[in-house]
Amino acid sequence: MGSKTATSLTPESTADDKSITSRTSTLLRLVALTPKLFEDYALLTWLVGVVAVLSLLPLARLVAEGIAPGGTLSTDAIARVLASPTTWTATGHSLLTAFGGTLLAVLVGTAVALCVGLTDIRGRNAVVFCFVMPLLIAPQVVALAWLQSFGPSSPLLKMLGAAPAMGSRNPLYSAGGIILVLGVQYAPLVFLTLRAALRTLPQELIEAALAGGAPPRRVLRTIVLPLMTPPLLAGIALSFVSCLGNFGIPALLGIPGNYVVLPTLIYQRLAGLGPGVLSEVAVLSMLIGAIAVLGIVAQESMLRRRDFRISAATIAARPFELRRLRLPTEVALWTLIGIVLVLPLCALVLTSLVPAVGVSLSAATATLDNFRFVLFDHAAARRAFVNSFGLSATAAVVIVAFAIPLAYFLVWRRSRLLRAVNLVTEIPYAVPGVVLAIAAILLFLKPLPLVGVTLYNTVWIILFCYLARFLVLGLRPVVAGYHQLDRTLEEASQIAGARLPRRLRTVIVPLVAPTAAAGALLIFLTAFNELTLSALLWSSGSETLGVVFFSFQQGGDSTYAAALGVLTVIVSVALMLSTLLVAKRLPPGVLPWRD
Amino acid sequence: MARLTIDHLVKRYGEFRALDDVSLTVDDGEFVAILGPSGCGKTTLLRQIAGFDKPDAGSVRIGDAVVSTPGQHVPPERRRIGIVFQSYALWPHMTVAENVGYGLDVAGVKDPERRQRVNAALALVELEGFADRRPALLSGGQRQRVALARCLVTEPSLVLLDEPLANLDVHLRAAMEREFARFHERTGTTMVYITHDQAEAMALADRIAVMDRGRILQLATPSVLYREPADDTVARFIGEGMVVPVAGVARDGDATCTADVFGHRVRMRCDAGARIGGEAHACLRDNALRVVNGATPGVRATITSIVYQGGRFRLDAAPERAPGVPLHFGVAEPCSLRPGDSVTLAIDDGWVLPGWVTRASGR
Repeated sequence: MGSKTATSLTPESTADDKSITSRTSTLLRLVALTPKLFEDYALLTWLVGVVAVLSLLPLARLVAEGIAPGGTLSTDAIARVLASPTTWTATGHSLLTAFGGTLLAVLVGTAVALCVGLTDIRGRNAVVFCFVMPLLIAPQVVALAWLQSFGPSSPLLKMLGAAPAMGSRNPLYSAGGIILVLGVQYAPLVFLTLRAALRTLPQELIEAALAGGAPPRRVLRTIVLPLMTPPLLAGIALSFVSCLGNFGIPALLGIPGNYVVLPTLIYQRLAGLGPGVLSEVAVLSMLIGAIAVLGIVAQESMLRRRDFRISAATIAARPFELRRLRLPTEVALWTLIGIVLVLPLCALVLTSLVPAVGVSLSAATATLDNFRFVLFDHAAARRAFVNSFGLSATAAVVIVAFAIPLAYFLVWRRSRLLRAVNLVTEIPYAVPGVVLAIAAILLFLKPLPLVGVTLYNTVWIILFCYLARFLVLGLRPVVAGYHQLDRTLEEASQIAGARLPRRLRTVIVPLVAPTAAAGALLIFLTAFNELTLSALLWSSGSETLGVVFFSFQQGGDSTYAAALGVLTVIVSVALMLSTLLVAKRLPPGVLPWRD
Repeated sequence: MARLTIDHLVKRYGEFRALDDVSLTVDDGEFVAILGPSGCGKTTLLRQIAGFDKPDAGSVRIGDAVVSTPGQHVPPERRRIGIVFQSYALWPHMTVAENVGYGLDVAGVKDPERRQRVNAALALVELEGFADRRPALLSGGQRQRVALARCLVTEPSLVLLDEPLANLDVHLRAAMEREFARFHERTGTTMVYITHDQAEAMALADRIAVMDRGRILQLATPSVLYREPADDTVARFIGEGMVVPVAGVARDGDATCTADVFGHRVRMRCDAGARIGGEAHACLRDNALRVVNGATPGVRATITSIVYQGGRFRLDAAPERAPGVPLHFGVAEPCSLRPGDSVTLAIDDGWVLPGWVTRASGR
């Protein structure tokens, strides 16, 4: 019996085990199982453990704080928060701006998606690139750009001689201004979900309707739009949750006019009073989290009413020929891009060249001093560049290195546990950023058990939140990469005798590398432009670019803020453009800014 | 020793039995084809042998080692087998030499020996000059040969081939068929070849296992399979055999009998051991049917369609006694018959299906 184990064909336990006592056989079995356990199950356990710590632990801690503040069961904090009129004012404002912003985003995003996805307009890639760009620029920078396009100090209006009188109120400091900028910022989200769905809409469904005698307009109304209901609802839910959780836009446009929404209320409470108010802030963030969850649940329940399943997607639909309407459509699209992208960015660039707020810009007064100041003279800004680059790059690399083995299990080893893991990774990205930030503060305020190190007030708490929140951004492209991969490539290396670590290293990593790189870039761009998390988590020495930008703007130094904003836009756009060089090797839809 | 033994293997997907009590033995050095229509379970069986899936009952043994039972499972990477995949599964980011040498790297074989064995494997498939190419730059046949070299370089005791010719065009297929046969002769490796193409299976295999709905219907040499199919399904599947009802079966020798086919007495073959008598089903081949002069006794039938097949015609006919049981046969060019004509057919040979007899007498 023992000689059998010498061959390479050793089973994990031998059939003759029955002859030995059961205890010995269990022991033998365990010993024999170890190599396999080590490769597969140990890795899987480790991956699931990390997901639990990143995605579940902080929110569990937050819920615990809401129910039992400071460790004792009490409803005091909840009662106090719910009794405060400010809470309900902010909630009302949040709902109003989120619904308004979503409505605008849906109208604009849907129109552009239908034009790009269904018609034969020219320059499709350029349209997509420009239209999606606001999504990849920091919301607070977009908000400043819009502020500088209107108000009395707008260099653009001044050059045109159309600036309102000094001291008059900028029209964007209002609910309407917040809604406008939110709508512009998140229209690309609706666009992207619809565009992805239109890509998989089978040509036959449209051709069958055309063959049945329906004109294109009728096909759009009776076939395309009904089938696009699920992605449209998904886009609506996504943009509602994003609008609700956005901090940068209401912070820049709402705080000066004392128009407070839930994320800014949480920020003000925490910034003004410190961690002492954590219990109250925890209740507030649970309130906003609950509204977000309600939005998602509403979307799900609407989807369940009808069957939208599309059978066997084949060749993607062929574009409709617009003929006479093609040029007007193209002009309309580029005008839209001019208004939502070019105009605000021009205003931002002009502001960054102004020597001081209020001075009118001309060839004589234009200066690069603002750039010099934020790049070289201002200590916090210099630190912020290092911090933001470091945090974003670390988050991108760590997440992708983690996502590659995780996606291996998610795609190729389906099980109930893994389906749950897949859902759980979405949570930190789905909840508003302030919720995650508050949860992380609660989790890390006290020193970590066993090691005794405190993460609160260090750069590490920001990194933790970046890893938790942006995990799903890296995981999705990697999963898409696996779906594109022929599984027999892995099986062939398994047959050649390679164990899982070697298969990952020699076969899988090289083949999913392009999509993984795209995911890493998406994470980098998002983290680099991020403010919501770091606004609540930063401390002296761990400022991010978003935080420094925000403090410039709060201190009235719009020109410095603009210069910093221009620099971040340049970095983002340069990275986006650089990826277009390798775009052909990626599955469609991985790079949001490429059609 | 690389005998492959599959014993009462069962694999269920929910209620569906993808493998239903499959038993099969492949002797050392034997070339066995597993033949069946798509969805018959042949790929499921291959994945069980390779170890990609675990069985619900039964066992798989390679040589003396049990590799698969519901309770114990040797992972594929430790089974020391080779597979040629239908898609070839060549790694696009590696050169031909890196593809072929991968298994040696894994086994820890170091360089001069490694290079030498890679070159020998490439020489065996006549791809010596291609070591540094990328798979994307190769033709279908060349990729196929790289896949073959990669699978054989580690000298596996058992090689599985999963429809390796399905992606090649017709001309290349014949050439690759010869290559596989030559290859098997030279290396003496035990091979299991999955296919849905019976011509391929007949040309290559020592024995063929015909599969349908998760069961092995018959395991036999190509000639036995053609001449003595086990039941209706095998008879119809192999060589498009005609299955006709026969009556008054009476043994008149060790393995011969006479029987009534559509009212016409015919001499045919039968299983020496089977209890026969009364009614049964028989398998007829198109080359055993012959148009004869109307005065000669035979089966009267009406021509239903005529299709030209190059030098000969294929005729379909409905017997007058049973129009629902179609017959077909060949006639050499020129042919004066037209659809609707009546003909008399002589039947020179037939085979009483033992499967049918067994089931009928068991009632």
